[in-house]
Amino acid sequence: MIDMQDAAYGYGAEPILSAMTLRLAPGSFHFLTGPSGSGKTTFLKLCYGELITTQGSLAIFGQDAATLNRDRIARTRQRIGVVHQDCEFLDHLPIAENIALPLTVAGRDMTQSVANLRELMAWVGLTSRASAHPPELSGGERQRAALARAIIMDPELILADEPTGNLDWDLSLRLLQLLCELNRMGKTIVIATHDLALIRAAKAQVQARVLRIAAGKLVAAGANL
Amino acid sequence: MSIPTEVIALLRGDAQADRIVPRAGQTARLTLAVSAAMAFLAVFALALSLATGRLADRWSQALAQSATIRLSAAEDQVEIQTRAILTVLRQTPGVAAARALSDDEQRALLAPWFGPDLPVDDLPVPRLIEIIEDDRGFDATGLRQRLAAEAPGAVLDDHTRWRRPLVAAADRLRLLGWVSMSLILGATAAMITLAAQASLASNLQVLRVMRLVGAQDSYIARAFVRRFTHRALSGAALGTGLGMLAIAVLPRAAQEGAFLTGLGFQGLAWLWPLTIPFLAAVTAFWATRLAALRTLKGLR
Repeated sequence: MIDMQDAAYGYGAEPILSAMTLRLAPGSFHFLTGPSGSGKTTFLKLCYGELITTQGSLAIFGQDAATLNRDRIARTRQRIGVVHQDCEFLDHLPIAENIALPLTVAGRDMTQSVANLRELMAWVGLTSRASAHPPELSGGERQRAALARAIIMDPELILADEPTGNLDWDLSLRLLQLLCELNRMGKTIVIATHDLALIRAAKAQVQARVLRIAAGKLVAAGANL
Repeated sequence: MSIPTEVIALLRGDAQADRIVPRAGQTARLTLAVSAAMAFLAVFALALSLATGRLADRWSQALAQSATIRLSAAEDQVEIQTRAILTVLRQTPGVAAARALSDDEQRALLAPWFGPDLPVDDLPVPRLIEIIEDDRGFDATGLRQRLAAEAPGAVLDDHTRWRRPLVAAADRLRLLGWVSMSLILGATAAMITLAAQASLASNLQVLRVMRLVGAQDSYIARAFVRRFTHRALSGAALGTGLGMLAIAVLPRAAQEGAFLTGLGFQGLAWLWPLTIPFLAAVTAFWATRLAALRTLKGLR
């Protein structure tokens, strides 16, 4: 799914990430952890093609990311769901339309997708908020909406960057539960977080691997919880 | 996506895709107003171009195929030399017809300056002989040489020195009209590019979200292009309509007894201004498309 071979990324002489060699297998669950500024977000951006490695190689779904043109990157992203801490939406559209945006972009027939959308909104607990606009939503609702948008295309890989950063503990657990359910459905999950309590909470639900990044290097990979 | 496919997609429209661009009031009004103003000016530039074109053609045609011989001679020589001149002209290739103007015709020509009661017989007014050329035209130098031998008092005026500056002036005016049209189109493109860039800059979040959810550049650009093309088309249609109305209600030159042809359109030429909204739309299409693709290049 994601295959890095001695991958590095950086500006000028100082690399942000270096010597990254790892493979994310289909259906696996990963926590990416490390202190702030260690390169977790950069790692995720490399995984969905927003950044291109400056050294080594990185393959996304078997395709060399460095050779993908902009259109192929866009098509590849339709197979990846991304959830950011500061999740961005189109503020002028209701949240239901925001969640359905990937379907619209992919040219899917919305009349056939309405049932899926309803089901998904119920799953993330946003049915009653369907017509609300993003600025009207709470932090937790925005995170759940971002997750719903990330998975509406039934992606094979879900990347979440500090998804619980703005949430209280209960909502964090609820979001984690949703991600674990997705993993049980066969999705590959990567969660970047420095919240060790969240990682411990996942222990009971999934078999996850912890990738620890420090000073731009992968210092521990494969530690099971 | 190729340009023709892009244009078809643009014309077909996509209500869902259109909704990704917020309806910002400022740039919408700016684009609409600029397009309307530019189209209004373009109608006048076009009218100027077409009117001066007609003027140049008219002067060119009216003066190109005619010439005049002025004969100044002693009283007893006038008739003799007139006959000699007419004989020379009959033998000159390129002359379709030639005739001496009557006293009444000469009086009529001088009337605007000297009044209707001018005693032509008592004044040393030269005899005028009108020449109509055929399509080939005549050799003015050769004719002058023959006239010098046969009728020493004759002077050939082939109107060239009058016609050339008039036609050149009219041609320059026509060119000026087209240059104005080009400048107006260029200014429209610049204005729409600025408005599109402002809109794109204020919608960077939209662009980021769209890229994140897998939208291709052409899809995102199309939403902006459609919005701006539609605004430019609507504004230009309004401006063109007002411009045509203003031209239509201009006072007729003939009514004022003016020499110059009226500034306006005649017959099928009224169809020309209708191309202005489409030109504005094409300009907006390209200006917005290039601005959108350039902005998107900055986002991965």
